[in-house]
Amino acid sequence: MNFGNGPRGSDVLVMGAGVIGAATAYFAAQQGLSVTVLDKGLPASGTSSACEGNILVSDKELGPELELTRYSLGVWHNDLAEHKKLWEFESKGGIIVASRESSLASLNRVMAVQKGFGVDVEELDQAALREAEPHISPEALGGASYREDCQVQPMLVAAHLVRLATEAGARFIADTPVTGFMRDGGRVTGVRTPRGDFPAGAVVNCTGTWAGELAAMAGVEVPVLPRRGFVMVTEPLPPMVHHKVYAAEYIDNVGSSDAGLQASPVVEGTPSGTILIGSTRERVGFDRTVSTAALGLLARNATALFPFLERVKAIRHYHGFRPYCPDHLPVIGHDDRAPGLWHAAGHEGAGIGLSAGTGKLLAQALAGLTPDLDLTPFAPARFGEARPQTASREEATA
Amino acid sequence: MSVTVDVAVVGAGPAGLAAAVAAAEAGARVAVVDAGNQPGGQFWRHAPETVQRQAADVQADGHGHHGWNTYLDLRARFDAAQHAGRITYLPGLQVWMAERSEDGFVLRTTPAVASAGAAPVTVTADRLVLCPGGYDRQLPVPGWDLPGVLAAGGIQAFIKANGVLPGKRFVIAGTGPFLLPVAAGIAEAGGKVLAVLESSAPSAWLPHLAAASGVPGKALEGAEYAAAFARHRIPYRTRSIVTEVLGSDRASGVRTARVDPAGRVRPGTERVYGDVDVVGFGWGFTPQMELPVSLGVETRLDADGSLVGVVDDRQQSSVPGLYLAGEVTGVGGATLAVLEGLAAGAAAARPDPGVPVKPPAAIARHRRFAQAMHQAHPVPAAWQDWLTPDTTVCRCEEVTAGDITEAREDLGARDVRSLKSFTRAGMGWCQGRVCGFAAACLGAGPGEAPGAGSLAGSAKRPLAAPVGIGELAALDG
Repeated sequence: MNFGNGPRGSDVLVMGAGVIGAATAYFAAQQGLSVTVLDKGLPASGTSSACEGNILVSDKELGPELELTRYSLGVWHNDLAEHKKLWEFESKGGIIVASRESSLASLNRVMAVQKGFGVDVEELDQAALREAEPHISPEALGGASYREDCQVQPMLVAAHLVRLATEAGARFIADTPVTGFMRDGGRVTGVRTPRGDFPAGAVVNCTGTWAGELAAMAGVEVPVLPRRGFVMVTEPLPPMVHHKVYAAEYIDNVGSSDAGLQASPVVEGTPSGTILIGSTRERVGFDRTVSTAALGLLARNATALFPFLERVKAIRHYHGFRPYCPDHLPVIGHDDRAPGLWHAAGHEGAGIGLSAGTGKLLAQALAGLTPDLDLTPFAPARFGEARPQTASREEATA
Repeated sequence: MSVTVDVAVVGAGPAGLAAAVAAAEAGARVAVVDAGNQPGGQFWRHAPETVQRQAADVQADGHGHHGWNTYLDLRARFDAAQHAGRITYLPGLQVWMAERSEDGFVLRTTPAVASAGAAPVTVTADRLVLCPGGYDRQLPVPGWDLPGVLAAGGIQAFIKANGVLPGKRFVIAGTGPFLLPVAAGIAEAGGKVLAVLESSAPSAWLPHLAAASGVPGKALEGAEYAAAFARHRIPYRTRSIVTEVLGSDRASGVRTARVDPAGRVRPGTERVYGDVDVVGFGWGFTPQMELPVSLGVETRLDADGSLVGVVDDRQQSSVPGLYLAGEVTGVGGATLAVLEGLAAGAAAARPDPGVPVKPPAAIARHRRFAQAMHQAHPVPAAWQDWLTPDTTVCRCEEVTAGDITEAREDLGARDVRSLKSFTRAGMGWCQGRVCGFAAACLGAGPGEAPGAGSLAGSAKRPLAAPVGIGELAALDG
């Protein structure tokens, strides 16, 4: 891996080597662009290392996000097919379970709409559900099966995409935080770091929960906020849970802006035998305090779905901060308010799944091509006018 | 159930017992949480106490224990304080989470794996003394994951708890004075010790004897072990290591070699010991740091390369009201642990003494001795050379040395955290307690020792002990 300096300029400078930055760098290099990736630490040090690695269709609302999801799924299966093993790609499928008549009715309504938009979803009656998940609660009334839902190991995705990008000519520099932008008039022409300046034709902000801070440094508002989530991990067991299994309430929670503690059970087995129990959603800023309330809620919800879990031990838990925008859409594309600056951030809990599509579309735009999917709904300018620059105007230094 | 006290003590080994006694005798209401079913910890582990047993039996338990009279004294004071209602003793429980509250600490507990049916208790305390001790530090070699390979301390604990041996023919290897009582204990219990292999050399002691002279008791212990070794004809081979544990489905022998001072194998010195059924490894100790780290104490690297907590003259950590005693302040053995426990317990009972308190001079002497010991028995710098790419490093997740090298060289991993992400090393049942140090070394690269940051990453365990999901479900909001 290239940790050295060399000639400093490049076509594209990617800030952040999480899964979004890694995918952007990989596809930009595939487009023949010269690429530099900077990270303030190592690849996958932020949200990418503290999530579940979901690639989900089942939880998406109709609209631009579902479009992007389906596009991204195609990129995972086609463009990135040869690398699947590197990041433990698993087409395990998702199952949404309803345990009340009312939630079963809502689930059936959602399914009907999703089917109309081409989502591969199949209704499961009680017997079919029990066949798919033999240890499911006897209370479960029925469910929906989403065969397209899959999973990856997200840290490996980010690390290998960075490695593959460097093999295609990109340069990766660790431990290099961006401290400011090089400007030429209103234009962003590179970044400033403790290791010196890095001029670039395009600077891409892939800094996840920090994206708002970086944008502010360039004088533009991109409201990306952190939303905390806890995930619990059990001791390794023989296979007991075969799919990603959610409660029907999950879909309602994802789109919520409620600041309070929410959780609905997401229970899934992993190849290593552990079972992941997710996930809470809280807007508490970057608070890293462990919350017994969150752990208790996760445990109660999980045992309601899979009663056998009551006798299983948790061996660890982790939490991360999902980067979300108030309108629950990611921000992807060129920032007309600060020419030269691009963003790819705010994917909330869907960043792993959306990373492949985001990277490929953004690379197309960076190369001057028309992206396969219209990026207008994700445009940064939807957050309003540029503010007066706080930093004094700085001239580009090549 | 919940308990509210002035001072909570975690651990009932030498440091914890001493801290509890000192705090109670200074007038504090004390709760002691311990994973064991009876007081003593690993060091004073002894046969299960039952109501029928007589004082003579307890005296007899002291056979093979050092400082047993100290134990009996502390134990009598502990029992007296318990009867007087000043100590609430909570055995068979492990703390899975310690939290700071508005004006103190909250401990959440869960029944320990081998507990006799203890029920979880929540302990709330104004001040907290953490005495969680440590465990054997392990370095992987080819074959170390075979059944029949144990931690040196594990062999000793087995004998102390059960009065019988885990095998018949033993090889003990690693470094440090702790290998001596382990081998002597095996021989006294009737086992055959084919060899004790010490990677360091006695001459390494010489420059540090001056420091040791302040602690005459240690020299006496050494003489006792020398006598035991002579009596049982135990070969003690210095600058020697086990390069491979042999056997197909369990350990049946070892390949050994002589090494230079850096730990590099001297070609032509290989030798095989056959007919071995237990191999014991001990490379010093790893302090049990998850609770101190989770509460945010300031840490440092000790002379033995371990991550330890920083304390002041009264054993207080950087977190006000949180005191540390025993191995978590630096591995130094039971005598030092008792001294630190007494100081920590007294300080926790009277957080503001009004006058400056001078720590006992004995603490400083024992710390100097421990430092000298660590310098004389380093983890050999070249130990990573003993591994082959297919040597298992993380036994829980079956991660090999080759996997780790690849993550370091191809993916840029360099600390425990990134190695964990990329290889799953340390993600399994033991949460890196066994492989954490070795993985941190491998992450740092050949010949390198891990920094405090990497070791802190390894010690960061958001659940300090496995806890039942049913128990978590019963937590009130």
